[in-house]
Amino acid sequence: MKIQAIIDDKRIESEEGKTILEAAKDNGIKIPSLCFHSDLSPGASCRLCLVEIKGRKGLHTSCSVKLEHNMEIRTKSPEIEKARRINLELIFSQHIEECDDCLLKLNCELLRLADEFKVEITRFSDRKKKYPIYKFGPSLIFDSSKCIDCRNCVEVCHIQQADFLEVKKRGCFYEIVPSKNKKRDCIYCGQCLVHCPVGAFEAVGEFEDIEKPLKNKDKVVVFQFAPSIRTSIGEEFNLDYGAIVTEKLAAAIRRLGADKVFDVSVGADFTTYEEAKELVERLKGGKNLPMFTSCCPSWVKFVEFYYPKLIPNLTSVRSPHIISGALIKTYWAKRENINPKNIVVVSIMPCVAKKYEIRRKELKIKGIKPVDYVLTTRELAWLIRKRKIDIKNIKGEELDSALGMPSGSGIIYGATGGVMESALRQVSYNLLKQPIDIEFKKVRGMEGVKKAELSIGGGIIKAAVASGIGNAKRILDELKKNPKLYNYIEVMACPGGCIGGGGQPVPADKEIRRKRAESLYSIDDKKEIKTAGESPIVKRVYDEFLNNEKLIKDICHTRYFKKKKEVK
Amino acid sequence: MSIDIISKIKEAGLLGKSGSNFPVWIKWDSVKKADALKKYVIANAAEGEPEVFKDGFILNNYPKEVVLGIKAALNCIEKSSGYIYLRKDYYNKFKYTLNKLIKGADIKLFKKTGGYLSGEETVLLNIIEGRLSEPRIKPPYPTESGLFGYPSLINNVETFYRVSKVLKGEYKDNRFYSISGDVNNRGVFEFKTDLNISQILKESNNFPDFDFFVQAGGGISGEILLPSELGRPLKGTGGIIIYNRKRTNPASLIVKKLKFLMNENCDKCVPCREGIYRIFEMVKNNDIDKDKLNEIVFALEETSLCGLGKCSVVSIKGFFNKLL
Repeated sequence: MKIQAIIDDKRIESEEGKTILEAAKDNGIKIPSLCFHSDLSPGASCRLCLVEIKGRKGLHTSCSVKLEHNMEIRTKSPEIEKARRINLELIFSQHIEECDDCLLKLNCELLRLADEFKVEITRFSDRKKKYPIYKFGPSLIFDSSKCIDCRNCVEVCHIQQADFLEVKKRGCFYEIVPSKNKKRDCIYCGQCLVHCPVGAFEAVGEFEDIEKPLKNKDKVVVFQFAPSIRTSIGEEFNLDYGAIVTEKLAAAIRRLGADKVFDVSVGADFTTYEEAKELVERLKGGKNLPMFTSCCPSWVKFVEFYYPKLIPNLTSVRSPHIISGALIKTYWAKRENINPKNIVVVSIMPCVAKKYEIRRKELKIKGIKPVDYVLTTRELAWLIRKRKIDIKNIKGEELDSALGMPSGSGIIYGATGGVMESALRQVSYNLLKQPIDIEFKKVRGMEGVKKAELSIGGGIIKAAVASGIGNAKRILDELKKNPKLYNYIEVMACPGGCIGGGGQPVPADKEIRRKRAESLYSIDDKKEIKTAGESPIVKRVYDEFLNNEKLIKDICHTRYFKKKKEVK
Repeated sequence: MSIDIISKIKEAGLLGKSGSNFPVWIKWDSVKKADALKKYVIANAAEGEPEVFKDGFILNNYPKEVVLGIKAALNCIEKSSGYIYLRKDYYNKFKYTLNKLIKGADIKLFKKTGGYLSGEETVLLNIIEGRLSEPRIKPPYPTESGLFGYPSLINNVETFYRVSKVLKGEYKDNRFYSISGDVNNRGVFEFKTDLNISQILKESNNFPDFDFFVQAGGGISGEILLPSELGRPLKGTGGIIIYNRKRTNPASLIVKKLKFLMNENCDKCVPCREGIYRIFEMVKNNDIDKDKLNEIVFALEETSLCGLGKCSVVSIKGFFNKLL
């Protein structure tokens, strides 16, 4: 139902049930806010989104009060501004400013508000000067001296079913701390980082270590970037949400000094090819069903730590950049006659968990790591800015074609449902033995849980897709009641899939994630080859190189292990 | 009978005895009229204000009346279950008596956890539900969505006691006062609600013959009043504390109270978490910046998430304006 109200003398209309903040935003009225995030329930802790409501005493937080019919609201007044300024000064008193290498350097809402409300940011001494810095494995750093206690991270960690971040009392104050509980561990998804309004979380090495990979002057430095990067990194350069910058990115990476630029989407086609094979085998044998996807390292860690009994359900197929990294160091190295030890592979990933994944020993091939470094989308953007490369105006260049071009399937891996759709396309293609052009629309979109059924050759694929571990947990709970409800399940730990990953530009919300994903599908639309198995490079590599089971196993498959708590 | 009791309460003009002075019949009426499968009636005996002990006195002397009042609410509000929410020592002390009295009725005793803030009505709901002891954002009010999301009537135990008086036709517009501090006759006294503080102290034989000030309405949230300001009735919770000016160092007293607040608040909202700490810091370092102080007080009063922050300014203002 539509309701009317007046905000700042302007008559507005809104759906009933929205908060004042949301309704104002829908009508183009921006109310300053900091701790509010549309993915989360309003915490109303920062006390900045204050408004006056006619007939009600005092100031009210617009993030938590629902708009009512005929409400009269003011978002600006001397009182409101004074209150915002004081609360901002108090927020600064608990936030150590280290703006130089902060990931929010270019779009810090806190600093912007300080400017808007003429805040004296050092009015009070820093309360948290001695607060500790925590490191969560090789993935995340939490600098609690920057934390403003909004607890968004705690809420999102709870949504992610990890409950690793906790609120604990020390002295007079509650603090946010990593759990000491043996049964809780970080799954490295980085959603804490994405939902932190003040940059208290960052990736390990962000941004001190970003030039390391380029210092290998005597080696062949190969960059490869993940499917989702091409539609997200533009935001770091003020381009529109969802701007597609594939070729510009390739050019920029070459300017950085990389010898080759490859596309992880090619690796994704190999993942799809192998995974579709494995799915059909498992469906025939009826063993270890439902099969789970495994390209998301946070999901894998979640299963290994919280649900080790389900390890056999994970597909043994490696994630795309691990396969393409391995192909670079084996197939391509052999073709180019380069010693694999002299190749450095740098993956540009939307993800901080990928920093953890590349350390897994079982991924080594003859003692060599398939991937040497992982940089996040943000880290690559930082590097490009640092080297003063103008990505807006740079002339696009083709990626290196030595490892071929990806199919459309490889591109949509970056969005939730993409792996599922790729596998379904591949299974259908194998069965029909001809190129197909089916869109599996039911597995697309930003909903947290999606379901689809596909009849194939007498059998039925009962598919479920989840993004966000909370949504995956819902599916696991369903399976507890009915183990045969699904036989193939895609899980991505981050909302919306990799386009909402912990390595992606901040801020991100549902709308932004939708735009990033839509652009991926638009690239797929234009691709002539949409199925992994149709891709010439896939065919060629299987013909020339991956022609025995042992090699396929070494390059394309892996194992998983029950995990004990890693972050102590 | 049910309509009857609400209109009787309305007629009597009974106001809530938690310190809010909210008309009791309105709460009862809105919970009764709410459309829900389940409802709750909760008697709040958390009594967290330091130096206020009249609820304990009531439970000790009039438990029958309290339970009668709760039963009246359960009768009046269909599909409702009751809780008596007791602070730990009250639970231990009165559980035997209360359990006997509530036998057969749908009333449970609940032993409170947590500290000062746990008496706030939305924190109370979180605690019974087994969640973090944090206030909820209002609206929705407990009468709309309270315990486990169901409409809930939360009244102070004294309010239920007064309801029993309405039922029996013995209602008088009275209130219990606990009087403590530098006094000779510490205790709980019952007087008319319109008696002023000076009269209360005199009638209870507690009016000091030395220079003094009082904190009226609770040891934390009560206001600071000088002897010349006692010609008004008591606001807030039913407690009056008398301080001998000669024997009291106001600075160390407020440091103690600020420390209490810092310890007991939930740290969720900025003005309460950071603001109270900064006031504490200024007083402790004897480095009071009036501008800063006034601005923090303004933020606390106008923008705190719950009553704790909002009410804390009453005593803070008093200390700074009248004593320091």
